[in-house]
Amino acid sequence: MSEVIVVTSGKGGVGKTTTTANLGTGLAAAGHKVVLVDADIGLRNLDVVMGLENRIVYDITNVTDGQIPYKKALIKDKRYDGLYLLPAAQTKDKTAVSPEQMRELCDELRQEFEYVIIDCPAGIEQGFKNAIAGADRAVVVTTPEVSAVRDADRIIGLLEANELREPKLIVNRLRYNMVKAGDMMSIDDIIDILAIELLGVVPEDEMVVITTNRGETVVQDDKSRSGQAYRNIVRRIKGEQVPLMDLQEGGFLTRLRKFMGLK
Amino acid sequence: MLEFISRIFGKDSSPSKNVARERLRLVLVHDRTDISPQIMEALKSDLIKVITNYMEIDEAALEVSLDSNENQIALVANIPVKGMKRSGSMAPTGA
Ligand SMILES: Nc1ncnc2c1ncn2[C@@H]1O[C@H](COP(=O)(O)OP(=O)(O)O)[C@@H](O)[C@H]1O
Ligand SMILES: [Mg+2]
Repeated sequence: MSEVIVVTSGKGGVGKTTTTANLGTGLAAAGHKVVLVDADIGLRNLDVVMGLENRIVYDITNVTDGQIPYKKALIKDKRYDGLYLLPAAQTKDKTAVSPEQMRELCDELRQEFEYVIIDCPAGIEQGFKNAIAGADRAVVVTTPEVSAVRDADRIIGLLEANELREPKLIVNRLRYNMVKAGDMMSIDDIIDILAIELLGVVPEDEMVVITTNRGETVVQDDKSRSGQAYRNIVRRIKGEQVPLMDLQEGGFLTRLRKFMGLK
Repeated sequence: MLEFISRIFGKDSSPSKNVARERLRLVLVHDRTDISPQIMEALKSDLIKVITNYMEIDEAALEVSLDSNENQIALVANIPVKGMKRSGSMAPTGA
């Protein structure tokens, strides 16, 4: 059984590429055969986030143009068995690929891979339409801000209009202390307004930046909270029921000390 | 327009997330109904036309927007009245 999942958001910079990289790495680490497709043509990013930028020879447009078989364009991530990247073109624009070509590509990829994860560009134009064309289901990423949630709402409407029913939401960059102080919308606020199922919550975490600097993914970092959040999301994608993690900052001991007035 | 409404509901002293939530809620009421700003403007000027038959209003301060609760959408108008017109000067409505 295979699944084609598109990671979308509407607004740029909310964490689509980071999410795609972490879900892919997490699923591969769990033993699945995964291909990540960078559909952000003209603004190639997934390769650097994955640390694979020096190994690109061909890109997705060489495949959709029929110049080479897709296997020739895939980059194997040597750190994980079964993890591959199909990079975006950097020097072309979104019109270089059509929705029909994307659909064909996804159908080919699903013969070989258990999970095909597509990193969608920001916006609602051609690039978005291409990215969702071949998908079975969609993940919508947002941050707890008015502009990002508004764009997520628009994207949810467009996904449903395109037969991608019941997309699931990831709230990224949540800052628990700000939520507690009443200065950031909570998960309940956002879910209430969007009326969509929650797939997971990823806290704001500098380890995301640090691992990305190194071309690694935080899902492989056992100690970080964002890594834990992504590991939970990976398990939910596989169909497991995983409770939402404790979003409070600091470990259990820190909180115990605080509770007992020792800090 | 939305800012104005959210200021009424949100109050400055309440936590900023309440303001954010309320602004978001209202902006989505508009987004989801797909009524263009042009249509809202047209509605506004028609409202002015009708109401000025009866009252003197502060046209510049007139606020018209959509709101919702549960499954209902409401048209909310805030129309400052400057003065009543004498019944004698009341124009035939026809509207
Ligand atoms: N949970 C997080 N905590 C801290 N920084 C994050 C987090 N998620 C994403 N970022 C940072 O935000 C920026 C934008 O993320 P990216 O995944 O490129 O967004 P998008 O693909 O939606 O444009 C990146 O610099 C990334 O490292
Ligand atoms: Mg991106």
